[in-house]
Amino acid sequence: MGYAAAPLSDSTGAVKASVPLLEIQGLSKVYNTGRKALDNVSLVIDRPQVVAMIGSSGAGKSTCIRCINRLVEPTSGRILLNGQDVVALDRRELRLARRRIGMIFQEYNLVERLSVMQNVLSGRLGYVGLLSSLRYRFPPEDIRAAFELLDRVGLAGYHDRRADALSGGQRQRVGIARALMQRPDLLLLDEPTASLDPKTSRQIMLLVGELVAERKTPAIINIHDVALAKAHADRIVALKDGVLVFDDIPENLTDSALAAIYGDEDWAAPHSMSEAGA
Amino acid sequence: MSGKQYPSVWQRYSAGERLVQWLWIAGAALAAAWSVSALEIEWAFFADAHEQAADLIERMWPPRWTYFPVIVRPLIETIHIATLGTMISLVFAVPIAFLAARNTTYNQITWLMGRALLVLSRSVNTVIWGLVFVAIFGPGPVAGICAVAARSVGFIAKLIAEAIEEVDHGQVEAIEATGASTLQTYSTAILPQVLPVLIGTTIYRWDINVRESSVLGFVGAGGIGLYLYASINQFAWPQVLVILLAIFVIVIFSEALSGYVRSRIT
Amino acid sequence: MTTSAIMHANQAAEWRPPTIFGTRRRRAIVWIGFALYIVWSVTSLDVDAQRILAGIPRAFDILARMFPPNFERWEILLSGMIESIQIAIAASIAGLVLSIPIGICAARNLAPKPIYLAARGLIVAGRTFHEVIIAIFFVKLFGFGPVAGLLTLAFASAIFLGKMLAEDIENMKEGPVEAVRAVGASFGQVIYYAVLPQVIVKSLGVFIYRLDANLRHSTVIGIVGAGGIGQTLSASFSRYDFDFSSAILITIALMVAVGEWFSDWVRRRLR
Repeated sequence: MGYAAAPLSDSTGAVKASVPLLEIQGLSKVYNTGRKALDNVSLVIDRPQVVAMIGSSGAGKSTCIRCINRLVEPTSGRILLNGQDVVALDRRELRLARRRIGMIFQEYNLVERLSVMQNVLSGRLGYVGLLSSLRYRFPPEDIRAAFELLDRVGLAGYHDRRADALSGGQRQRVGIARALMQRPDLLLLDEPTASLDPKTSRQIMLLVGELVAERKTPAIINIHDVALAKAHADRIVALKDGVLVFDDIPENLTDSALAAIYGDEDWAAPHSMSEAGA
Repeated sequence: MSGKQYPSVWQRYSAGERLVQWLWIAGAALAAAWSVSALEIEWAFFADAHEQAADLIERMWPPRWTYFPVIVRPLIETIHIATLGTMISLVFAVPIAFLAARNTTYNQITWLMGRALLVLSRSVNTVIWGLVFVAIFGPGPVAGICAVAARSVGFIAKLIAEAIEEVDHGQVEAIEATGASTLQTYSTAILPQVLPVLIGTTIYRWDINVRESSVLGFVGAGGIGLYLYASINQFAWPQVLVILLAIFVIVIFSEALSGYVRSRIT
Repeated sequence: MTTSAIMHANQAAEWRPPTIFGTRRRRAIVWIGFALYIVWSVTSLDVDAQRILAGIPRAFDILARMFPPNFERWEILLSGMIESIQIAIAASIAGLVLSIPIGICAARNLAPKPIYLAARGLIVAGRTFHEVIIAIFFVKLFGFGPVAGLLTLAFASAIFLGKMLAEDIENMKEGPVEAVRAVGASFGQVIYYAVLPQVIVKSLGVFIYRLDANLRHSTVIGIVGAGGIGQTLSASFSRYDFDFSSAILITIALMVAVGEWFSDWVRRRLR
C-alpha cells in the first residue's frame, strides 16, 4: 500500500510516536444473520491526520468506525488505542477509554431539549462524577474551555440557545465542540456532512481539518462524497464488502481505483459529461 | 491563541427561574408531607409486608379448580352486563354527542345541557352508579347494566362530540346546499365521518367495561364480583385464585378483541 | 331502449351504498349477530320484568328523596373529601417514585430481555384487575381505612405510570443516547442527560393526569372500606340517607371537575 512507505515525520515536523495512536489488527464483524460486515481489516494511524474512509453503502464503513469505540461489538481482532486493546476492556475500562475518543454523528445526536452549553458540557461526563453531573457542577476550566470551543467553531453567544433551535450546520458544530471537550486522542466522524447542504458540508470539513492540525488529533471520517474526501483528507482508505482495498494519498485515487472500489463502470461520468452530452 | 478571556462560570437557570422551580418543588413536598402525615400510617406494618404477601400467595396455591363450574355462569353474566350496557349507552350517546358538539347543537342552552350530561355521567364512577341503581332496581344484573350504561354514555359521547367538532366542514356544507334537512345532513355528512371514532370508542369502552363489570357484584349489581367478595371474606383463598385467573382471562380476551377491531378500523 | 340503456337501468336498480363492513353480506351477519346476542343475553340473565317495572316509580321516589341535597353533616363530608385528596396525592407521588424503576425495566431499548419480560408481565398483571379488587386485598392485609386505599392507588399508579414511561422511553430518539454513551458516561449520566430530557415533559403531563384520576378512583375504593369519601357514600346508601347521598355525589362531582380543570391547566402550561 502506498501509505506504508510515507516518511517518519510529516510536513509539520511532528515525529512519529513510538506507539501508534491507533492500530487496528484483523478487525472482523459477523452479524447474527451471518452477514460479514468487516473482513480482517487492518489499519495504522501514527500521526495527526485526516483519514477519509470511502466505499459504497453497506461496505462496512459505519461498522468499522463504530467498532473502534465499541458502539458495535467486534467479532474478532484487536483495536489498539495508544497501545491499549479496546476490544479486551470490561465495561468500566471501556467507559474510561471512550473518554479518549470523540465521536461526531451524521444526525448530530444532540439532546434537543437541552441548551447548546449543556450539550457541549456533556462531553466531559466521563470525567465528572454522577452527583456533580446531576447538579451541572463542572470544573471552571471546563466551563472556560466550553466557551472557547464555542467561539472556535463559530457559535459564540449561542450557549443558552436550545439545540433544536439551531440549523443543521450549527448543530454539527455543537457536536464537534462536544467531541473536542473530551480532549480526545482520536476523532471519529460518521458521515458528518450527509445531512448538510454542499456549502455547509465544505465549511464543516474545513473546520475539522483546521482542528485536527491545531490539536494534533487524528480523525477518521466516514464519508460517501468522494470529491469532499479528496479535497480535505490527508489519506484515503476504502472498504469494499468489508475488505480494505485502498490505503493511499488522495492524489493516487484514480478513476480506475474508484471503479474498483465502487464497482461502477460509469464512475468517470462526471468528468466526461461533455462526452456523454455529445 | 488569542488573549481572549472566557468566563469560567455558567449557570443553567437564571435566579428567577430557579426561584420558581424551588417554589414548585417546595409546594409539592408540602403537599406530600401533608397527605402522608394526616393518614396515620403505621410504618411497622410495612416491615413484614413481604412476609404477609408470601404467606397469602402460599395459601392461594393450588387453585381450587373444582370451584370453576360455579363461576361459569357469573362470568358469562359479567360479559353480558358489559356488552349490553355498552350497547345501550351507544344508543343514548349519539344524540347526546350531537347536543354537546358546538357545530351541531341547537343553541347555547342545548350545548350546555349536553355538556352537563357528559360531566354528570363521567364524574360518577361505574361502581357508584351501581350503588344508585341497586337502590332503584334492587340487586341483580339489571342494576349493573344500567350502571355500565350510565358511565359509558358520557365517555363515548364526549369522544364522539370531539370528532363531530373536527368534522370536515366542506362536506357538511355541500349536503346542506342540496336542501337536506338537519337530520339528513347529520346522517349523510357527519355520521360517516365520525363512524370510525364511534366504533373504535365503543369497543374501547366495552373493553374497559368488562373490567368494571367484574367488580360490580361487590355492590350487588351482578356478575362475578359477588363471588369474589364472598370468597375473600371467607378466606377461601384457593377459590379466590380461580376467580382471579378467570377474570384475568376474560379481561385479556376483551383487550385482544378490542385491539384487533380497532386496528382493523383505522 | 338500447342494450346499453337497459344495462344502465339495471345497474341503477341494483345499486346500494357501500358499507363500512366490507360486503353487504358481512354487514347482515354482524347485525343479525347483534340481534341474536341481545336475545340470548337478555333471556339468560336473571331479569325479572316485574322488578324493572316496579323500579321505575321507585327511581322517581329515590330521585325525589335525593333533592334537596342535605349538607347538614358537612363536617363528615369535608373530612371524607380531604381524606380522598390526601390519598390521591400521596398515592400519586409514591406511584411516581415506584414507576421509575418499573418503566426503565420495561423499556425494550434499555433493559436486558429477562428483566424486560418480567417488568412487562408485572404491568399486564397489574392492569388486568380493577383497583377495587386490589383494594379488597389491601383491606384484608392492612385493615379498613385510608392506608389500604393509599397502597391500592400507589400500586395502580406505579403500574400505569411505569407503562407510560416505558412507552416514552421506547419511542425516544436513540441517537442522543448513543452519543452520550460514546463520551464515556455512566448509566446514570446517560439516563439524566439523554433519556430524562426527552421523556420528562410528557411524563409530567401523565403524572398530573394520574393525580386527577386517582382523585376519582379514591372515591370508589372507599366502598370496600379503603377510606376516603367513598366509604361515607356507601354508608349513606345502605342507610337510605338519599339526601345525604346526593350531597356526597355533588361534592364528588365538584371535586372531580376541579381536579380535571387543574390537570388541564397544568398540562397546558407544560407545553
